[in-house]
Amino acid sequence: MSRLAGRFQQLAQRGRKALIPYVVAGDPGLDVTVPLMHRMVDCGADIIELGVPFSDPMSEGPVLQLGHERALANGTTLRRVLELVREFRQRDADTPVLLMGYANPVVHMGYAAFADAASAAGVDALLTVDIPPEEVAPVNAELQRVGMDNIFLVAPTTPDARIRRITATASGFIYYVSLKGVTGAGHLDVADVAHHLGQIRAHSQLPVAVGFGIRDAASAAAVAAVADGVVVGSALVNAMAKAIEAGGDHEAAMAAAIALVAAIRQGIDGAAS
Amino acid sequence: MSSELKNSVYAAVPDVDGRFGDYGGKFVAETLMAALAELEAVYRQLSADPAFQRELDEDLAHYVGRPSPLYEAKRWSRSIGGARIFLKREDLNHTGAHKVNNTVGQALLAKHMGKPRVIAETGAGQHGVATATIAARLGLKCQVFMGEEDVRRQALNVYRMKLLGADVLPVTSGSRTLKDAMNEAMRDWVTNIDDTFYIIGTVAGPHPYPMLVRDFQCVIGREARRQAQAQTGKLPDALVACVGGGSNAIGLFHPFLADEGVAMYGVEAGGHGIASNQHAAPLTAGTPGVLHGNRTYLMQDEDGQIMHTHSISAGLDYPGVGPEHAWLKDLGRVHYVVANDEEALRAFHTLTRVEGIMPALESSHALAYAEKLAAQMTPEQVVVVNLSGRGDKDIHTVAQIDGIQF
Repeated sequence: MSRLAGRFQQLAQRGRKALIPYVVAGDPGLDVTVPLMHRMVDCGADIIELGVPFSDPMSEGPVLQLGHERALANGTTLRRVLELVREFRQRDADTPVLLMGYANPVVHMGYAAFADAASAAGVDALLTVDIPPEEVAPVNAELQRVGMDNIFLVAPTTPDARIRRITATASGFIYYVSLKGVTGAGHLDVADVAHHLGQIRAHSQLPVAVGFGIRDAASAAAVAAVADGVVVGSALVNAMAKAIEAGGDHEAAMAAAIALVAAIRQGIDGAAS
Repeated sequence: MSSELKNSVYAAVPDVDGRFGDYGGKFVAETLMAALAELEAVYRQLSADPAFQRELDEDLAHYVGRPSPLYEAKRWSRSIGGARIFLKREDLNHTGAHKVNNTVGQALLAKHMGKPRVIAETGAGQHGVATATIAARLGLKCQVFMGEEDVRRQALNVYRMKLLGADVLPVTSGSRTLKDAMNEAMRDWVTNIDDTFYIIGTVAGPHPYPMLVRDFQCVIGREARRQAQAQTGKLPDALVACVGGGSNAIGLFHPFLADEGVAMYGVEAGGHGIASNQHAAPLTAGTPGVLHGNRTYLMQDEDGQIMHTHSISAGLDYPGVGPEHAWLKDLGRVHYVVANDEEALRAFHTLTRVEGIMPALESSHALAYAEKLAAQMTPEQVVVVNLSGRGDKDIHTVAQIDGIQF
């Protein structure tokens, strides 16, 4: 069983919902990422989703676009991201790490070379926003070869027949995009999310995590009540950016992110009990 | 479509997955996949519908002003002393460029799909103007995304779009040019997918866009093929067109692809020169990758990040290129070459002074290469250059280079 599947199984046994924080690797600094990952785990993160920065992040809202730009300005490359995961693994062998990004850096490295390097570094899964099921076969073959999970998105616009097709290929968990829009958008509708999760679960036993538009303890709690996991990204990246803007250093930025992760953990656990 | 073309490999692309050989495809977020499938289904149905074709032909004839002339530039040809050069006068279309051929077609699709709002990305502003124009005519809401840098250098077109009732949003992310405008348009589309039709201006983007934009632009080559035969008694020996995303080039080339005797030259923006790394010539100096929904040649660094591009012409200032061009390059059917800023600027002045035709800086790249090519050919040979747009929008840029302030 993959580290990711194992983690969801443990969580299910304990009746706990997965908290999946997302940060952009290298933002606000390359020195921040690994300590931040450990501290997020310490205050309740179950899975870490690490954004691989890209020059043209087409699905990101303004907050994460800036996060990607800062990370690139700091010299964050895909190879550097893999080194960060390797460093994280020296002290944490249990927490699954998922890379989320765009096709081109992975395409440029080569699917086989990426799969080898990523699995050697301790990466558990890949989510490429712009590789839908139609284009996934070549990358999937390489990920399966090294035992990595490929995480698929299901959107509010995904018809039922496509959900069936996606869930048939997916492993690890299903990532449900909670709204029509970019990351960090503000029009989350929990009843609508619940409806779509029902559709997904009609076809699949895989856990379903929900992302896009979850910004605080309250919205996380509402989503956790219907999902198996909650992804929080823009809110964390924004909290760090605001701390730096206010004159804080990297330590202050981390503290801001950690405080939010802890609050969201409480919110989720409150909803579950 | 000629019978040779109909039976050729060129008529068999893209395949059902939107691929041109290894290129093309649908590399977009899941939220857009259903909309792309719907668009493809509607397009396949309507393009086979004689009533839709009639409606489109009517618009092209009476609104766009087609057919555009195939004009023999006799004085310019004589001064070069080689082949006879003919200009396909897309600059005479309504709104002043080839872009309108496509926006008229896509706007009809939007109308048939009942979408009340259209969005577009634009570089030089020609596609934005063409979209705003057709939106005004059909009473559609229109939002145009334009890089902040391009808003500055194409102020005239920005004002034209506003006069036409469009909302122009300056894009401040990334390099603030065409590629960033396209990112922003994609973000808008994913957010407003229920009521919005995205009118992509070039033969790039996810399938079915490279196919349908090509189909709408092929009117250029179909006319040119007929006109060349009527005016010269034969097919041309060579075709020349500038390539940014590549829609005017594919429109001219495609109807001739199966005509083996017709050589084709796609001219990319050489900027300050290929060696300077400040250019927009992915087919000449780039490598394959994935951007904006398709696999194609890109200007990218060793980490797969998209590089900043440079061209004197905003419309060619793009790090990718339509996937069909990538395929045609690998096949060797089309030669992809470059003209740099300086050469294009010289051609701009030459055509203006010698023929009294002021070309767009984009088209000036094609003219610059055509001049070199024609010089090596004989007076019995014929070169057709796609004069894809008129130069009025570039007068500020040219004046500034000449040190003139208005």
